[in-house]
Amino acid sequence: MSTHLKDVSAARWRIATTLTAIMMVTYFGFILLVAFNKPLLGTILLPGLSLGIVLGAAVIVVAWLVTWYYVRWANTHYDSALERLRS
Amino acid sequence: MSEALGAPNLVAISFFVAFILLSLGITAWAARRTRTTEHFYTGGRGVTALQNGLALAGDYMSAASFLGIVGLVAVSGFDGLIYSIGFLVGWPIVMFLIAEPLRNLGRYTFADVVAARLRQTPIRIASAIGSLAVIAFYLIAQMVGAGNLIRLLFGLPYEAAVVIVGAVMLAYVLFGGMIATTWVQIIKAVLLLGGATLLALIALSRYGFNPLALFSDAAAQYGAGALAPGRLVSDPLDAISLGLALMLGTAGLPHILMRFYTVPNARTARSSVAYATAFIGFFYLLTFVLGFGAMVIVGRTAITQIDAGGNMAAPLLALAVAGRPFLGFISAVAFATILAVVAGLTLSGAATLSHDLWVNVVRGAAATEREQFIVARGATVLLAAVSIVLGIAFKGQNVAYMVGLAFAIAASANFPALVLSIFWSRLTTAGAQASMVIGTVSALVLIYLSPAIQVDILKHSAAVFPLRNPGIVTIPLSFLVAVVVSLLRPVESEERRFMELERKLHLGAE
Repeated sequence: MSTHLKDVSAARWRIATTLTAIMMVTYFGFILLVAFNKPLLGTILLPGLSLGIVLGAAVIVVAWLVTWYYVRWANTHYDSALERLRS
Repeated sequence: MSEALGAPNLVAISFFVAFILLSLGITAWAARRTRTTEHFYTGGRGVTALQNGLALAGDYMSAASFLGIVGLVAVSGFDGLIYSIGFLVGWPIVMFLIAEPLRNLGRYTFADVVAARLRQTPIRIASAIGSLAVIAFYLIAQMVGAGNLIRLLFGLPYEAAVVIVGAVMLAYVLFGGMIATTWVQIIKAVLLLGGATLLALIALSRYGFNPLALFSDAAAQYGAGALAPGRLVSDPLDAISLGLALMLGTAGLPHILMRFYTVPNARTARSSVAYATAFIGFFYLLTFVLGFGAMVIVGRTAITQIDAGGNMAAPLLALAVAGRPFLGFISAVAFATILAVVAGLTLSGAATLSHDLWVNVVRGAAATEREQFIVARGATVLLAAVSIVLGIAFKGQNVAYMVGLAFAIAASANFPALVLSIFWSRLTTAGAQASMVIGTVSALVLIYLSPAIQVDILKHSAAVFPLRNPGIVTIPLSFLVAVVVSLLRPVESEERRFMELERKLHLGAE
């Protein structure tokens, strides 16, 4: 039983840390560009649209995607594993 | 345009009165249901995922988001968006690392989780210090926003406005507790999302609903630099420091963490974070349009003339695109936003003072139900008084920047101890305590030594500490202290209890 809990726990934290890492790399990639390469972010792609605005909006979209992915994973895999542990 | 400012505005007053009556009605309804301490803090744990998602969004989207960020974008262009993005990316972190363990391990405050396998008294005292520092900075920012708003609308003195906000939020929290606060947050979140969407649409209608036409108008009027990072984050280290604080601070905000105790289980907690992330992200995308809209339609000079911090950009945009009735509506929404956030903050401060300090430390968990209830309400009155005084003292600060400081304290004081207590079996009482105390104190000291206080307020020629946000120093320091202190004096019994708690962490109290 306890080994089973260990497996569930390991899977849960593997997903959590991977997704956390994806979010952090995305966000700090953006922040490092803000810090060290301001001219690049000021590149105008279309009239009124700078690379900075596109990447900024992309960070928000990535936050949505990783959140959606986690909820989908947890609602199917994690919850059913917990259900088995309870019974 | 200026004739509408500072003069009593009938439409604005009507919206204000309507919102306040509506929420006082809810408070009265909720008061009849708030019979126990459990109800006062958690609303009986019967809140649904969508309700809690909206309430989380309501708690989170404060004056800093609506007034502060829109103002920063209007005045500084792209730089303001760094706040929009940073305020959102903390949510996935809350989801992956904090939300479900918090719901499963705790009862009223996040200190319950840190203290679950450690010694109660030192942990609760240390976490109370950090939480109260965060709440104080957060409250100051809301009070500054409210004071400016009321002055703009009614011509009331700033000080009187702060006292009014303090008194109304006191009434909410005192009589209604968590149920009333939750419903006020939900109404406010719907109003804010609706109002901001409407404002963005009206502003965009001038540009054929094409945001790019709006942005290029901004570049035409204020130079292409408006669309690129610039002055606000001129120092690279400052940009990284602010980024760290914004991302990790969310997971250390006591009033946000407390919301996870209002839902029945971990699964609902999870869904509520997903709803909150969707709503908040949508709102921050709107700030792109609102900020640049205010920049070109109202104009930078007009905005900074009214308030040097730019905090009145969104209400001024409403006035410029749709006249005084809409100014009234948007101001009422902003006021509701502030009131609701202040209520949430005060409630979590009351929980910290009475549940963590009084019940668990002073009375050694022997307090009766009735006594807890009295102490919780006494703590609420005390916090209201303190926040009114501080709000007046800190007149003239930029609200998004102030909240950025609250995030830095939260990320240094609460986040390291909380996340290590969930993930790291060897964390000891002494390690967690040292991390929370040193995180709080170092953040407060560096804020005091920063240019914002030394140069802007005290008018010294230079600051001892060069960065405007202390996160890059204090967050790693707090983690380091926790790890080093824990490893120096390991406590085997505390490590053993980590194994026992693992089942509860996943499955909850069965």
